Amino acid sequence: MAVEELPLAKAINAGLRKAMRDNDKVLLMGEDIGTLGGVFRVTEGIKAEFGDKRVLDTPLAESGIVGTAIGLALRGYRPVCEIQFDGFVYPAFNQITTQLAKLTNRGRGTLRMPVVIRIPYGAHIGAIEHHMESPEAYFAHTAGLRVVSPSTPNDAYWMIQESIESNDPVIFFEPKSRYWPKGPVELDASASPLHASRLARTGTDATLVGHGAMVTMMLQAAELAATEGVSLEVIDLRSISPIDYTPILDSVTKTGRLVVCQEAAGFVSVGSEIAATVAERAFYSLQAPVIRVSGFDVPMPAPRIENLYLPDVDRILEAVDRSLAF
Amino acid sequence: MTTPPPAVQFLATDGSFAPSAGSDEYLPYIEALSDEQHEQFYRDMAVIRRFDTECTNLQRQGQMALWPPSHGQEAAQVGSARATRAQDHIFPSYREHVVAKIRGVDLMGIVELMRGTTLGGWDVNDPKNGNFHGYTLVLGTQTLHATGYGMGINFDGAVGTGNPDTDTAVIVYFGDGSTSEGDVNEAMVFAASYQTPTVFFLQNNQWAISVPVSTQAKVPLYLRPRGFGIPSVQVDGNDVLASYAVSAKHLDDARNGLGPSYIEAQTYRIGAHTTSDDPTRYQNDEQLAYWVARDPILRFEAFLKNKGASEAFFKDVEAEAADFAADIRHRTLELPNPTIDNLFDHVYSEPHPLVAEQKAWLANYEASFGGDK
Repeated sequence: MAVEELPLAKAINAGLRKAMRDNDKVLLMGEDIGTLGGVFRVTEGIKAEFGDKRVLDTPLAESGIVGTAIGLALRGYRPVCEIQFDGFVYPAFNQITTQLAKLTNRGRGTLRMPVVIRIPYGAHIGAIEHHMESPEAYFAHTAGLRVVSPSTPNDAYWMIQESIESNDPVIFFEPKSRYWPKGPVELDASASPLHASRLARTGTDATLVGHGAMVTMMLQAAELAATEGVSLEVIDLRSISPIDYTPILDSVTKTGRLVVCQEAAGFVSVGSEIAATVAERAFYSLQAPVIRVSGFDVPMPAPRIENLYLPDVDRILEAVDRSLAF
Repeated sequence: MTTPPPAVQFLATDGSFAPSAGSDEYLPYIEALSDEQHEQFYRDMAVIRRFDTECTNLQRQGQMALWPPSHGQEAAQVGSARATRAQDHIFPSYREHVVAKIRGVDLMGIVELMRGTTLGGWDVNDPKNGNFHGYTLVLGTQTLHATGYGMGINFDGAVGTGNPDTDTAVIVYFGDGSTSEGDVNEAMVFAASYQTPTVFFLQNNQWAISVPVSTQAKVPLYLRPRGFGIPSVQVDGNDVLASYAVSAKHLDDARNGLGPSYIEAQTYRIGAHTTSDDPTRYQNDEQLAYWVARDPILRFEAFLKNKGASEAFFKDVEAEAADFAADIRHRTLELPNPTIDNLFDHVYSEPHPLVAEQKAWLANYEASFGGDK
C-alpha cells in the first residue's frame, strides 16, 4: 500500500488532482487559485497541469464565484470553489443558503448540485480580522448543505474527493493551522464514508468530541491526562452536517462524561447541538453535565490576544476536571 | 413623463409601422416574419393576459397564496421568447409566465408554486420544458446562474461553430429593481470576463414594488452595462416586433461567440406587483394613462387589423384564451395537497440520517391520530 508523508494542504492538492483526472467535469474556481496557487498554495501547480479552463482565476467576487458555480453545475460540471478566508464567505452567503442549498429540494429530485466550497477556517495563525473565524454553524443550520472538516492529511485527501463525488453541495472547512504539519496519506486505501466520525483515541473516563484543528488539541489533552491516570476517548467528528451520532452516543454510554470542543463561539453552535442531542438520547448514561469548551461570544479578537479567546489544551483539561469532579 | 424615447421601435403607438432611427440593423429580422408568426405573437399575448386575469381571480377567491401578474409586459416577454431557439436556455425571474408557455412548460407548474403546493414546479431537464429553468424569487441570483451556465457552454465549445442548431445562447430575465442587486452587477463582471453567450434581458417596468426606477439609477439603465464592457440597447418593450428583432439579433450574436449583451425593454407594470400590493398608493393616474395608451396588445391588434387580419382570427384567439383560462381554473381546484414525502424527500439527493429520522418520526406521529396517515 502506497503511503506518502504529506502536509494537509498538499494532501488536498493531491486529492483535487486525482478528482480532476478521474472526471473532466471537475473544475476549480476562486480568487488567486491559478497562477499563484492560492494564498495558502493549496492549488499550487494545478493550473499548470490542467489549464485555465479547469482552474479559473475568477474575478474578485464571492457571490459571483458561487452563483456561477451553480450555473456550471446546472450545465453538468462539478465546480470546486475556494473562498480565500473564512471571514470572506459572507458575500456568497445568499447564493449558498437561498440557492445552492435549496435547488435540489426545489427541483423535487430533478436537479443535482454537486458543488464543493472549500473554506480555510480557524485561528492559531496570528492573522488579522476576518482571517481566523469558525463560521461552520451558519452552514450546518441550513438544510440542503453537507458540512465537513478534515483534521488529518489522510482524511483531507479522501474527503475532498468524496465531497466532489457527492451530488449534494458540500461546505469543506479546512483547518488552516493544520495545513503544514505532515502526516501519512494512504493513497490506495478505500476511504471511510464522508459522514463517518473517526475514533482518534480510545479511553474510558470521559469523551472529547471536536473537529478540525481541535482534534490535535484534544489528542494533546488526552496525552497529558494519561500522565495523570485519566483515560480520555477522542472522537474526530469529520462531518458536521450530518453528525455521525452513534459512535458519540456509544462512547458516552461507556464513559458517562462528554466534553465538546470547538474554536467557534459557543452560543447556538455545533457543540450546543451535540450537547442537546446527547442529553436527549443518553441521559441515563451521563454521570455529569455535558460541558462545552468554546470560543467566547465576542468577535474573534486581534491576534495578540487570540490565546485569551481560543480553547487550548489547558481549557480542555479544566473542563475534563470539572466533569470528573461532578 | 420623463421616459426617454426608446432606441428601437417598429410600431408606433397607433400600430402603424414606423421604424425608429437606429433600428436598421434589426429590420431584416422583422422582414423575415410571416403572417402566421405575427398572429402567433398576438395569440401568445392575448392568451397570457386572460391567464393572468384568471389567476388573479383565483387568488382573490382564496385559491392561491399569491399571484404576480405580467399585465403590460406581454410584448417584451413574447418577443424575446419567440426569438429563442430550441437549444437555448432561459433563466427567468418570477413573472415570465408567457415565456414559460412558449418554451413548452405546462403553466400549472407556475400555478402550483403560487397556490403553494410546491417550491419547484417543472423539470428543466425534461426536453418538453424547453430549457426553461426554475422561477427565482431572490432577486438577481439567477443572473449569476445564467452566466455560469454560459461559462459551461463556452467550455463545452457550444458557441461560435456556425451550427445554428447547436450553438447555444442563454437569456436571463430580471427587472429594474434587481439591477441594484450586487449579483446582477457581479454577473456582468463574470459575463464580460468569460465572454459568455448571455443575453441580459431587463424588463424595466418602472417600479420595484413601490419604488420608482429613478431611485435605482440616475442614468438610463441600458447605459450601465457599457461600463462593464457589455454592448447594450434600449428597446420599446411594448412593441412585440421590436422586442423580437432586438432579442433575435443579440441571441444570434451570443450563439456566434460574440459574448454577452444587454437589452433594456422599456415597459410598464399595469397594476399591482403582486396580489398583495396596492398600486394606488404610488402609481399616479397620469402615468398610468400614458402607459395604458401604449398597451402592447392593443397596439399589435391595430397593426394586424391594418394588415387585414380577420375578425374570425380575433374571435378564435378570444375563444382559445377563454378555454385556456377555464382549463387552468379547473385544474387548480383539482390540485392535491402535498404529502409528508414532499417535505423530506428531496432536501438532499443522497440519504441523510437526520432527515430520514425526522420523516419517520412525523409519519408515526401523524399515524398516532388514527387517520390514513
